[in-house]
Amino acid sequence: MRDKMFRILSTASALPRRRVRNEELAEFLDTSDEWIRQRTGIRERAVCTDESLTDLMTQAGREALERAGVKPQELDLILCATIRGDDISPSQACLVQRELGAGCPAMDLGAACTGFLYALDVAAGYFARGRVKRVLILAGDTMSRLVNWKDRSTCVLFGDGAGAVLLGPGEALRAIRLTADGNSELLKIPHSGGNSPFDRLEPQQPYLSMNGQEVYKFAVSSLCRDVRQVCSEAGVLPEELDWLVPHQANLRIIESAAHKLHIPMERCLTGIETMGNTSAASIPIVLDRANTNHQLQAGQTLALTAFGAGLTTGACILTW
Amino acid sequence: MTLEKVIAILAEYKECDPQEIHENSTFEELEMDSLDTVDLMMTFEDEFGVQLEMSEDVKTVGDIAKAIQAQQE
Repeated sequence: MRDKMFRILSTASALPRRRVRNEELAEFLDTSDEWIRQRTGIRERAVCTDESLTDLMTQAGREALERAGVKPQELDLILCATIRGDDISPSQACLVQRELGAGCPAMDLGAACTGFLYALDVAAGYFARGRVKRVLILAGDTMSRLVNWKDRSTCVLFGDGAGAVLLGPGEALRAIRLTADGNSELLKIPHSGGNSPFDRLEPQQPYLSMNGQEVYKFAVSSLCRDVRQVCSEAGVLPEELDWLVPHQANLRIIESAAHKLHIPMERCLTGIETMGNTSAASIPIVLDRANTNHQLQAGQTLALTAFGAGLTTGACILTW
Repeated sequence: MTLEKVIAILAEYKECDPQEIHENSTFEELEMDSLDTVDLMMTFEDEFGVQLEMSEDVKTVGDIAKAIQAQQE
C-alpha cells in the first residue's frame, strides 16, 4: 500500500490516584449508582487532585519511551491531543517535551474526543513524507476541571487520564477516515474571558454542556458508518475484526453500535466502567491495558473509532 | 402490519416474547429509558425509511406505529 507508514512500537497510560465511585457522587448529587450504571456503564472514575495534565502525560510518555527502548532525544515529533492543557500557552505538547527532555517539534491538536484518531492521521502524513522515524502521540484531559460539578447530568460521565503511543516506521495502518461537521449546540465547553475593557461578547460559564440524546444518536450512527467505511477500504468485514476499540463515552453507545455491526462484545475493548469518559485518552488507555494484559496478538486486525465535540469523528484499521 | 413489525423489533431489542408487548404498552411498562428510546427510534428509521421525532405524544407502542404510518403516506 504505502512505502512509508507507521506501526505502534509501545503503549502507555496514566490515571490520577484518587478514585471516585458512583456512591460517593450520590452523597452530594441527586443521582444514584444504579442510574449511572444503567445509563452509562460507569462504576467509578479517576480524578485529579494535585496532579496536572503534564504530570499524567509525562508519566505516560516516559513509560512509552522506556517500553520501546527509545530515548527522548530520538523523538522527531510530539503530538498532543487535548481539549485543554494546563496552560493556554505554551502548548501541552511543549510542557511535556520539556519534562521528557526531548528536543523535537511539539504541538497540540484540537479534535476533542476524536483527537487520538486525528493525531494518528497527522502522524501518518509525517511518516509518508519521510520526515520522521519516532513520533510520540499523547492524548488526555483533566475533564474533572472542565465539567460543572453541580450538573448531575454531565459531571458523572467523565474521568481524568492520559494515554500514549510511540510510533515507528511500519505498515500497520490500512485505512483511516476523519470527519468534521461544525456544531456547537450539541456539545460545547465555552471559554471564560479575560478583562478587556473593550470586549462586548457575553461572558459564558466555562463548563461542559451536552444534549445527551442527540449526542448518543450521533455517536452510534457515526461509529457504525465510519467502521463500515474503513473496513470496506481495508477489505475486511466488521464481523471479521479481531478487536473493536471504540472511544469510551458510554457503554450503551458501544453495545448499540457493536450490535448493529454484528460484533460480539467480547471483541470490544472497554474500560469506561472504571474510568468514565477520558476524552481523547480513552482509546490509547484501553489499548494500553489490552496490550499490557497480552490480549492483543501480532497480526490481529483492530478498528479504532471515535467521535466527539466538533462534531468530529474518526476511525482507522490497524494491523497490530 | 406496521404495528406487528414494531412489536417484533421491540421484542428483539428487549429479548422478550412478542406476546408480552401490546398496542397500549408504554415505554415505562417496557422498562425503557431515554437512551433505549433513541436506539429504537434509530432502528425504526432504518427499518421503515422514515424520520421520527421523539415527541411527548409518542407514549405507547401504538403511537409509534401510527407515527411511522403517517410518515409513509
